[in-house]
Amino acid sequence: MTEVKSDIKIVKEPEGIKGEGYFLTSLDKVMNLARSNSIWPLPFATSCCGIEFMAVMASNYDLARFGSEKLSFSPRQADLLMVMGTIAKKMGPVLKQTYIQMAEPRWVIAVGACASSGGIFDTYSVLQGIDKVIPVDVYVPGCPPRPEQILDGFMKIQDIVRNEKLRRRSMPEYKELLNSYGIE
Amino acid sequence: MGLTTETVLTKVGEFLGDGLISSNESFGMLAINVVASRNFELIEFLKSDPILKMTFLTDLTGTHYPDKPGAEFEVVYHMHNLVDNYRLRIKCALPVTNPEIRSVVPLFSAANFMERETYDFFGIIFTGHPNLKRILNVDEMDYFPMRKEYPLEDGTRTDKEDKYFGR
Repeated sequence: MTEVKSDIKIVKEPEGIKGEGYFLTSLDKVMNLARSNSIWPLPFATSCCGIEFMAVMASNYDLARFGSEKLSFSPRQADLLMVMGTIAKKMGPVLKQTYIQMAEPRWVIAVGACASSGGIFDTYSVLQGIDKVIPVDVYVPGCPPRPEQILDGFMKIQDIVRNEKLRRRSMPEYKELLNSYGIE
Repeated sequence: MGLTTETVLTKVGEFLGDGLISSNESFGMLAINVVASRNFELIEFLKSDPILKMTFLTDLTGTHYPDKPGAEFEVVYHMHNLVDNYRLRIKCALPVTNPEIRSVVPLFSAANFMERETYDFFGIIFTGHPNLKRILNVDEMDYFPMRKEYPLEDGTRTDKEDKYFGR
């Protein structure tokens, strides 16, 4: 029998008390561990940043390594809204509707200069950053960003998910943030 | 033999009389300036005439010249004779105080969207158009963005510092 070697890496367990047949830790650590390693992204790709995202999903960069092989094209099942590309003002309400349809907890990443600030399109027809209509968690700079940068932004989202307080979404500050965007 | 510029000019001149203001040729393409009130009958004539046969409306757009008093706007029609492969531009000048011109949708259905677009960007009113409303911009927009009196840059931009742009 030859020895079978495996280099599969498994996420480290959170801090806790270990014993024979049991493991004791706090609920939010377990939940956030699960959430951060199984984020289902909804790709909202409108232009060239979307092409970079295709590279991120493909074998070379392989977003599936982070537990995101399942792209959700329905906002109802998505955890992360990835906005990649120029958002025209006419697209703004569509984007907002997509965000509203997502179930809590939900996160948003703005990929590229256009989604973050309007980019070179400082003009009448283009939304000057998606944070004009929905709250954004992570901004990825670049025009378009390299796949590595998108991965880095994605890992920042994972950090946010991992460290989020369990009750954050029911806090008044969070409701206030949503209300400032006219949501609910 | 194909259609010649002389033939087109003669026939259009006979049809319009005083309505033909001027003509010029650039890059081998004839352009005529005509009185705006006669746009519909001219295009109808060009389409139905057995020699001119301009049965294809390639393009319809507008331009804005803020420094030309009384003729700030121009509606430009591009006509194409597919048999002789002859193209013609027709320009109709309009004043900013009353930018109205007759719609050519009854002649060419293709003009429907193009007239809506011209209205959307320049605010030119096409009388007789079946559905003259904005087509490309958001419905809430309260100005006509291609008019030169409006700044190209968006007012809601927050990340640009004036000092980096020489302002």
